[in-house]
Amino acid sequence: MKSGLATALTIARKDLRTELRTKESINAAASFALVILVIFSFAFNLERDEFYAISGGLLWLVYSFAGALIVNRAFSRELPNDCLDVLIASPAPGWAIFLGKAVAAFLLLLLVEAISLPVFGLFYNIRWTESLGWLVLIILLATWGMTIVGSAFSAVIVNVRLRELMLPVLLYPILIPLLIAAMGGTTALFQGEPLTGENFGYIRQLIGFDAVYTALALYMIEFILVF
Amino acid sequence: MREKATYALGILGAIVMIWNLHHIFTQMAPESAQGMAGWILFIHVPADFMGDILYTVALVTSILFLVKKDFTYDSISVACIEVGTMFILVNLVTGSIWGKNQWGIWWTWDLRLTTQLMKFLLYLGYLVVRPAIAEATQRATMSAFIAIFAYADVPLVMMAIRLPNVRTQHPSPVIETGGINDVAVPFVVGIIAQLLMALALMLVRLHQENTRREIDSLRRELHAL
Repeated sequence: MKSGLATALTIARKDLRTELRTKESINAAASFALVILVIFSFAFNLERDEFYAISGGLLWLVYSFAGALIVNRAFSRELPNDCLDVLIASPAPGWAIFLGKAVAAFLLLLLVEAISLPVFGLFYNIRWTESLGWLVLIILLATWGMTIVGSAFSAVIVNVRLRELMLPVLLYPILIPLLIAAMGGTTALFQGEPLTGENFGYIRQLIGFDAVYTALALYMIEFILVF
Repeated sequence: MREKATYALGILGAIVMIWNLHHIFTQMAPESAQGMAGWILFIHVPADFMGDILYTVALVTSILFLVKKDFTYDSISVACIEVGTMFILVNLVTGSIWGKNQWGIWWTWDLRLTTQLMKFLLYLGYLVVRPAIAEATQRATMSAFIAIFAYADVPLVMMAIRLPNVRTQHPSPVIETGGINDVAVPFVVGIIAQLLMALALMLVRLHQENTRREIDSLRRELHAL
């Protein structure tokens, strides 16, 4: 168990180092997020109050698009030179390889989100710094759910034709319960509502999603990586 | 022999369904509030039951495939999911027709409607991705994985749409309110008819899948020579 976690950490560090040296997916995801943010401004012509009512939804659309780009690379990064086969053949347990990759994708996606959140606030006049603690909590929980499911599917479709097209088809329907909660919670925060009382349901839903899919993915990944 | 039995099942299902429709249209008084539109429920509700039953069977066989690596389970899974998705589509379409008649709109983002649509999309993803995986063992393993993930999502979607600001206008199940007695016969017969048809369709699809695997293995043998 302990050595597995150490392995996971090593793999996460390796993935992050590779990514920060080449900046393959992070540049793509960050600039894609910015482009989407700009395009949204043409899609709606809304009063300030109306915009606040859909702000959380827009933010999470941007994040989930960027997220699909990031997690897609989690396993396909290992395809050149048959690195994936070597990883699977190594004594490292499957769940540790997977966890390492998920953690790396999680941190990369957080970085992209941290870049695009101020831009979002600036373009659309959203006061996102009020109750920043709750917002960070939502972002951490929802991003973890997104990357754990995304990395699992990245492993599933790593050998599939047209995998860049297939990932969204699988990923977004699964993410719907997570996105409903993240969008609702973020909109409530931007509108100045507290996340206590009835609104705490959003946080509970995110925790539930994360718990179910983290357990399921870590348990089932052995079947996927070793066939 | 097996093929004949399958077709017999399907034909029997069709006969039962036609008898049921005949019974409904000639013997029943139109329901007071909804008129004849209410009768669509004898197709609508059983179709949902079939979808759920088939998805549950697919979950069990997917788990069994991962444990036992027997391809029969994979074939049953794909047959169940394909036929089940068709039944969920029937459920969505008939519900939509009823909604247009009763509510004046084809669709509303209601809790039951949303869950049903998500269920449909989840398994549609399964059916889209499956043919894209070339290698047979890999295809079966990945499909089982997706089927298990999709099934786990359904209760989460149901919880998510109960969050603040989602309402429902879908009628409550009559079974819970005790209003089932008047419609018990056509309802139960409707379920039996669709159960027979679902079974027949599933067996046809299963047969196809087995034949396909046989052809695949023959082709591989040919390549080896």
